Amino acid sequence: MSDREPLFSKKNLKLLSDPLNSSNPITVQVLGICSALAVTAQLKPSVVMSLSVMAVLAFANVIISLLRNTIPNRIRIIVQLVIIAALVILVDQVLKAFVYDVSKQLSVFVGLIITNCIIMGRLEAFALGNKPWPAFLDGLGNAAGYGWILVVVGFARELFGSGSVWGYKIIPASWYIENGGFYANNGMMILPPMALITVGIIIWVQRSRNRKLIEE
Amino acid sequence: MKALRNFFEKTKPHVQKGAKYHWLHSTHDAFFTLAFVQKHTSKSGTHVHDYIDLKRTMGIVVLALVPALLMGMYNIGYQHFGALGQLETAAFFDLFLFGLWKVLPVIIVSYGVGLGIEFIFAQFRGHEVNEGFLVSGMLIPLIMPINTPLWMIGIATAFAVIFGKEVFGGTGMNIWNPALVARAFVFFAYPAQMSGDSVWISASGVEKMADGFTGATPMAEAVLGNTDLNVWNAFIGLIPGSIGETSTLAILIGAAILIITGIGNWKIMLSTVLGGLFMGILLNIFAVNAYMAMPFWEHLIIGGFAFGAVFMATDPVTAAQTDRGKWIYGFLIGVLAILIRVVNPAYPEGMMLAILLMNTFAPLIDHYVVQGNIKRRLKRVQQSA
Repeated sequence: MSDREPLFSKKNLKLLSDPLNSSNPITVQVLGICSALAVTAQLKPSVVMSLSVMAVLAFANVIISLLRNTIPNRIRIIVQLVIIAALVILVDQVLKAFVYDVSKQLSVFVGLIITNCIIMGRLEAFALGNKPWPAFLDGLGNAAGYGWILVVVGFARELFGSGSVWGYKIIPASWYIENGGFYANNGMMILPPMALITVGIIIWVQRSRNRKLIEE
Repeated sequence: MKALRNFFEKTKPHVQKGAKYHWLHSTHDAFFTLAFVQKHTSKSGTHVHDYIDLKRTMGIVVLALVPALLMGMYNIGYQHFGALGQLETAAFFDLFLFGLWKVLPVIIVSYGVGLGIEFIFAQFRGHEVNEGFLVSGMLIPLIMPINTPLWMIGIATAFAVIFGKEVFGGTGMNIWNPALVARAFVFFAYPAQMSGDSVWISASGVEKMADGFTGATPMAEAVLGNTDLNVWNAFIGLIPGSIGETSTLAILIGAAILIITGIGNWKIMLSTVLGGLFMGILLNIFAVNAYMAMPFWEHLIIGGFAFGAVFMATDPVTAAQTDRGKWIYGFLIGVLAILIRVVNPAYPEGMMLAILLMNTFAPLIDHYVVQGNIKRRLKRVQQSA
């Protein structure tokens, strides 16, 4: 770097913070919805999924950014795919080794990170034209933007759908109708349509706070 | 009456633009138009005004629902005392008052939650309070089982008003009938409270059902192959079921009110019934089990078929708008309702799903009817030219 930009300059920090809110991959760009609906029935898989995507996206961004001047333009998509696939296999093996139960729950959706639009999108839009460090921050930021939506949705769905958080029962057992109480879990929260509605609520809140995001 | 009008006149300056309570202006407006007819006249455009505005229309629909409501209350008492085996000793008013006591909280919760949300949205968005909920608030209690906990009805109502109506822009913009959205929500979210044989009649304190009484609806019995139906009881509504759906007789009175006043569309009602009969006959012809062999016309008097055909399918917002579209729309509702009912054992009642499905398709039906009309007229012009 000739001009010696500080590592956490204002511009670089913006790469981290923008995707959390005003250019959020899920709520603003509406990418990666499929996995957001599929894995968020509980909090734990949502967190693991977010971390997996973060690892894949950050490192794929760095690798593509390092190779950006040597990748022939006409075959760049296939090169990107090979790199993403290699990283996803690594992540998958790590999950299988250390959190086998969650890995089984996520099943095919870890493999499907390869086709997650957010990753391809960031590689195309950012990593191919920027240096490794900003690319790394961009990857972290976008994965975090994706991740916090997943965590919020996963939290809400697990709390209202199963009455627990991170696998621990929150709603006292004596509240349930079966045990003479009044409460029942909302079975619809477990179903994917409710995840879509939860994401919709987040989008609603976000756009009513930030009116610039409302499309004409 | 005079005092009421004076009150509205006196409070009006306080809610005018710039005044202290301006944020309450839509609430003021809502209650004023509910009590009196607006005096304002047109400055441009259409000058013919009808006194039958949306509030009065909705009022007539609520009126048409009253027979079904009263009959439902009576039936709740009838089922309760019947299950206790005390039908001989209980007086008519015992039955009715028991039902009233059970149904009233449901109605209060439904109206309270729904209108509360409507008023809040109206204040925030600065528009008038929409009248659409007057009918939905009455429909929601009538299509719920009597034993549904009140908080579930509250949540379902909130869900229906916010996600069934307000996110689309309020009354007149919704894709699905809000009351059915509420029912579908409870149906999928709390299936244990919406099916089985313990939710349809209020049988708390009943140790053992008296002879001849069961908590299962005739449809649930029919799924099991037990299709001998007491036709007279099913017609006047002395069978287990959701609060307002059991009495075909009361629903027919409601239908007559809607048709005579021109508020409900008879084409949709008739075509729905025709569709149901058509599918029933078809199933009779190819019957392989007892339910399919059940006389086709009995489908009309059990479950929510009649109620749905008269009060749900005819909702002017979510139904098809074109005349030909209405025939297609109604006919398909009837066909699908019976098909789901008989062929899919997971959903004993198909009426809710059939209407919601056809609500979704209504704009598509309209589109092709309009396009077909344009094409036909174009051809006529070309031939004559």
